[in-house]
Amino acid sequence: MKNAIEVNELTKRFGKITAVDHISFEVNRGEIFGFLGPNGAGKTTTIRMLSGLSRPSGGKASILGLNINSEITGIKKHIGVVPEVSNLYDELSARDNLVFMAQLYGVPSKERSKRAEELLKTFRLHERKDDLFRTFSRGMKRALTIAAALIHNPEILFLDEPTVGLDVVAACSLRNLIRNLHQQGITIFLTTHYLEEADLLCDRVAILVKGRILAIDTPETLKVKTNKKSLEEVFIKITGLEPTVMVIEKGK
Amino acid sequence: MLRDNLRAIYYIALKDIRTYYLKPPAISWGIVFPITWILAFYLRMPGDFRELVPGLIAMTILFSTTAAEAVVINFELRLGSLERLLLAPVTVPAVLMGKIAGGAIFGCIMTAIVTMGSVFFLEIHSNMLYLTIIILISCMTFATLGAFLCVLVKEVFEAQTLLNLPRFIMIFLSGVVYPISKMPLWLQYVSHSLPLTYTVNGIRNCFVNGAILPVFKDILILIGFFILFLVLAIRFLHKKFE
Repeated sequence: MKNAIEVNELTKRFGKITAVDHISFEVNRGEIFGFLGPNGAGKTTTIRMLSGLSRPSGGKASILGLNINSEITGIKKHIGVVPEVSNLYDELSARDNLVFMAQLYGVPSKERSKRAEELLKTFRLHERKDDLFRTFSRGMKRALTIAAALIHNPEILFLDEPTVGLDVVAACSLRNLIRNLHQQGITIFLTTHYLEEADLLCDRVAILVKGRILAIDTPETLKVKTNKKSLEEVFIKITGLEPTVMVIEKGK
Repeated sequence: MLRDNLRAIYYIALKDIRTYYLKPPAISWGIVFPITWILAFYLRMPGDFRELVPGLIAMTILFSTTAAEAVVINFELRLGSLERLLLAPVTVPAVLMGKIAGGAIFGCIMTAIVTMGSVFFLEIHSNMLYLTIIILISCMTFATLGAFLCVLVKEVFEAQTLLNLPRFIMIFLSGVVYPISKMPLWLQYVSHSLPLTYTVNGIRNCFVNGAILPVFKDILILIGFFILFLVLAIRFLHKKFE
C-alpha cells in the first residue's frame, strides 16, 4: 500500500456553512504533507474528521487502508494527533501524563515507563519529568504534547499548527524534531499558516481556501508553475488573497 | 474494542480520582456538607436521629458522587483534555463511563464511611447485602445524573449551579428530612418522579425489615433512571464534539 491517507470528496457542513468542500488528496507513506491555508480554511476540521473527532457530512477517506467511518478505532491505534492546543493534564507530572496516555493506548504495562522515559529524553524534558505540566513553558508543553502523541509508536502523525505561539528558538527546535521524526519513517500531516515553515519541511503541500483545495504539489513545482520565488508568493497568487496595507497617519 | 473501552474506563476513573476527587474541595463537598446538614436536624430533634440515617446516607451518595463532576467534565471540556481522550482508540460512551465511574467510586468510598459509622454507632440492624446493592446502584445513578447535567453546559460555574438545582429539590422532596406521606398529594407525585426518593426508600426498607420485594422495586427504578441519564448524557456529549 503506497498511500498512508486517501481522501475522496470529503465534505463537512455545519448547518448552512460548508467548512470542508469536496476535497480529494493522497498522502504518501513517509512524506511530510503540508496542509496550508488561512484561518478558517478548514484545516483543523479536516484533521478532526481524519482522526475520528468529527463525522464527515459526505465523501470518503481511508487511513492505512482503513475506512474513517467504519474502522476509526482501528485507525486510532496507528495515528498520533497533536492538537493546536497543548491539552495534557495540568495536575499530572510530565512522566505521569505520558504513562496515562500509554495506558489509554494499551501500551503493554512493562513498556509504559520505559517508553515514557525514552520520549522524555528524546524531547529533552527528562530533568523536568516529575514537574507538573502546568509549570512548563509553552514550548515545553508543545514538546510534551508531541511526545504524548508518539507514546504508542504511531505510523502517521497529525500536527495541527505545531509552532503557533512559540518563540523563535522553540519553533526551530520543534522543526528539527519534525525532521527527525520524518527520518524515522513517520508520515507527517502538518497544518500551518506559516508558509516558510511549510517550505522548509514539506515534501508536498496542499493549499486550502474556504474548504476547497486550490493546488497540490511540491513547493518547488508550485514555485516553477507560478513563476514565483517563495511559497508565500505562490500562496498569494493561487489564493488571490492580497495582504491589506494599513497606513497609520501620524497624529491621528 | 470492548477490551480497549474497559481499559479506558478503568484508567480514566483512576486518573480522575487521583487528580480531582481525593482533594479537600471534593471531600468537603461530598461528606462534610451532608453530615453538617443532618447534624442541624439532629440538634433540633435528637430523638429521631435513627429516622434520619437513610436520608443521611442518601444525601452522602448524592453529594459525593457529584462533588467534582463539574471539574472532571466541564473543566476538561474547556481545556480540550476531554477531547484528547477521544483521540485514543476508545468510544465516547467509554470516556463518559470513565468519568461516571470516577464519581461513583468516590461516592461509594464516602458513603461506606458514613454508612458503617451510622450502622455501628447507632447499632442499626440492616440487610447488608441489599444495602450494598442499593448503595452501589444509587452511586452509579447519581454520578450519571451529574454527568448528564454537566454535559448540558459549557462552564464549570454553570455546571455547579445546575447541579445544585436537583440536589436541593431532592433533599426537600425525596423524604430525606421530611416524610413524603405528609406532603400534599401533588407534591407526592413530584417526589415519586425523583430518583433520590427510591434511594431513601430502598435504604429505609433495608433497615426496617430487609424484605426483598420493596427493595427490588427501588433497585429496578434506579436502574431505569441510570439508563435514561446515561443515554441522554452520551447523546449530548456526542453533540458537543460535533
